[in-house]
Amino acid sequence: MKSTLLVGALLTAITTTGAFAQAIKLADVAELSGGGATVGTNWKNGIDLAIEEINAKGGVLGRKLEVTHADSQSNPGVARAQVQKALDAEPYVLLGPGYSGSVKVTAPLAAEAGIAQIMGGEAAELTQAGNKFLFRTSFGQQSSMPKVAKYIHDDMKAKSVAVVWVNNDFGRGGRDVVIKELERLGSKVVADLSTEAGQADFAADVGKIKAANPDAVFVYLNEEESARILKELKRQGVTAPLMGETTLIGQKVIELAGDAANGARGHVGLTTDAPVDLIKGFRDRFSKKYNYVPDHNGLKGYLAVYMVKATTEKMGKVDPKAFADTLHGLTIKAADEPGILMDVTFDANGDIDRQSFLVEVVEGKQVVKQVLPKMK
Amino acid sequence: MSNLFDLLVAGLATGAIYALVAVGFTLLWQTSQTINFAQGEFVMLPAFLMLAAMHVGAPFWLAIILGILLSMILLGLAFKMLLVDPMMRHGVLPLAIATMALAIGIKEAVKQFFSAEASPFPSIVPTGDISVLGHAVSLQSIGVLVVAILAVFGLTTLLNRTSLGHQMQAAAQNPTVARIIGVPVERMILLTFLINAFLVALASLLITPIYLAKFSSGEVLGQAAFIAAIVGGFNQVRGAIAGGLLIGVLDNLAASYVSTQYRAAVPLIFLIVVILFRPQGLLGRAEERTV
Repeated sequence: MKSTLLVGALLTAITTTGAFAQAIKLADVAELSGGGATVGTNWKNGIDLAIEEINAKGGVLGRKLEVTHADSQSNPGVARAQVQKALDAEPYVLLGPGYSGSVKVTAPLAAEAGIAQIMGGEAAELTQAGNKFLFRTSFGQQSSMPKVAKYIHDDMKAKSVAVVWVNNDFGRGGRDVVIKELERLGSKVVADLSTEAGQADFAADVGKIKAANPDAVFVYLNEEESARILKELKRQGVTAPLMGETTLIGQKVIELAGDAANGARGHVGLTTDAPVDLIKGFRDRFSKKYNYVPDHNGLKGYLAVYMVKATTEKMGKVDPKAFADTLHGLTIKAADEPGILMDVTFDANGDIDRQSFLVEVVEGKQVVKQVLPKMK
Repeated sequence: MSNLFDLLVAGLATGAIYALVAVGFTLLWQTSQTINFAQGEFVMLPAFLMLAAMHVGAPFWLAIILGILLSMILLGLAFKMLLVDPMMRHGVLPLAIATMALAIGIKEAVKQFFSAEASPFPSIVPTGDISVLGHAVSLQSIGVLVVAILAVFGLTTLLNRTSLGHQMQAAAQNPTVARIIGVPVERMILLTFLINAFLVALASLLITPIYLAKFSSGEVLGQAAFIAAIVGGFNQVRGAIAGGLLIGVLDNLAASYVSTQYRAAVPLIFLIVVILFRPQGLLGRAEERTV
């Protein structure tokens, strides 16, 4: 009797281990607590939803996906330790973190281990350090700013543009790319105004914009400063159309700026309000599972897992070493892989090219006005 | 040229707020040798008190009254009795450091109990423009200027034209003699603390719709008002008013004609020049140390 039990236990152990060996292991390190908890939780839930869907349909190449989640506490130091721990377990692909600062300190570890890292950070510099294992899930500034410049030149028909930016890495990065692109397209930058983070009084800056009398104003500040400058632009009666990024037309800005936000336009890479059926479907499934509407970080986590699926199926094998090479230059079509939601192309740096959206604030609400096509 | 006019109006409006806050600095200094480094936070807090009142259902006008009354109790009465009185006997420096600690305490408490994020705040002046000398000037700027001028006018009338004001001045200039001739010096000192609390609450009401209600918004204001008080003359109310207006205009002109990056440095450079060549401030009077 005893020996039968022992054999049974052994058999169970073997089959269970067998199942684990069959599963494809992913490691996720995200901001599950601390200041970035909203970012990390959306990201994690997006990942879990995608894995559940994929496994329900038989997994990837017949193997199930498994993920372990670790908490970076929104702290780059903790993120680094958690990523090291995750890499020691030799995952197939590393997912996360979402904060650019945490990505910056963890990317060299993944590259050294030769493991592809699919992350949520958006700072321009992340993919410019020659790291061959790092991939974005959303636009970096070098991808979004050319679209912004093109919209200002082609659609707003602005021959002269005032550029207002916040004097930090984020603002300077965006400003450099957008000015280069505007000049390449033939729109003249008539005012190039740097402002300080936390600046309260924008009277002088708006005075300068008014004096330059541009056809359009590009505003690239953080949310609170965006709200303050929108109020001041309205106060001083600037009528030139306003263009920005997510930070100009976000919900917080609309709440703070009130009426002054109406009419402001912004380029948004990912939004669950997008007029795309597959995104609407994602939004419904996510809301049903988690009882809340995800933000763009939920989309990013979801897309990360489908990037793993599409790349692996393209290779026809589970090969962590060849993964990054395959994903570079790969175009994934939503028609072939509906989970990717929109056609996407990855370049040699891990940056993405994808359609995006032009959002306008109308009576205090974000309205998607236009779908901006892929650049190439 | 129209740009210059706009800058002057905007600068004067901001400067008027600095002046209100700077006047508080000079009042406290004159009557009790208190340098209040929490003055900026004193401007930030009343807006949150008003927001809290509105949150529990009070209409805006009632929230304003409640906010001002609560500010006078917390930032006037309680500030004097719980912090200034016990620390005063240890000298000016320990008291100044205690006010720095208070500034941190207020900021962190607001962050903890309200939010670390900015909140919108309603304006007492309607938005829109009126035409002044052919220029469109925002009603908000005009409103801020008018309210600030009225407040300063009321204060100077109180100080110079009424018996109460004369008693306050006597208590400030020479407390010992004032006591001998029957001036209730302690009550006069308390009154200046209450007036300071009223002025900062008023400044809060005027500036928060523009700056937004945020725990850190007092830092910039406190520093600007402190510079304004020194530039104008720390021991003269009229000096603080002039200093406030001057710094407001200078800041806007510097941002426009010098450089946005160095705008914060220009008032400080001006401060150094004033200290080097006129240490008592532009309108201040030279005084000997009291201790």
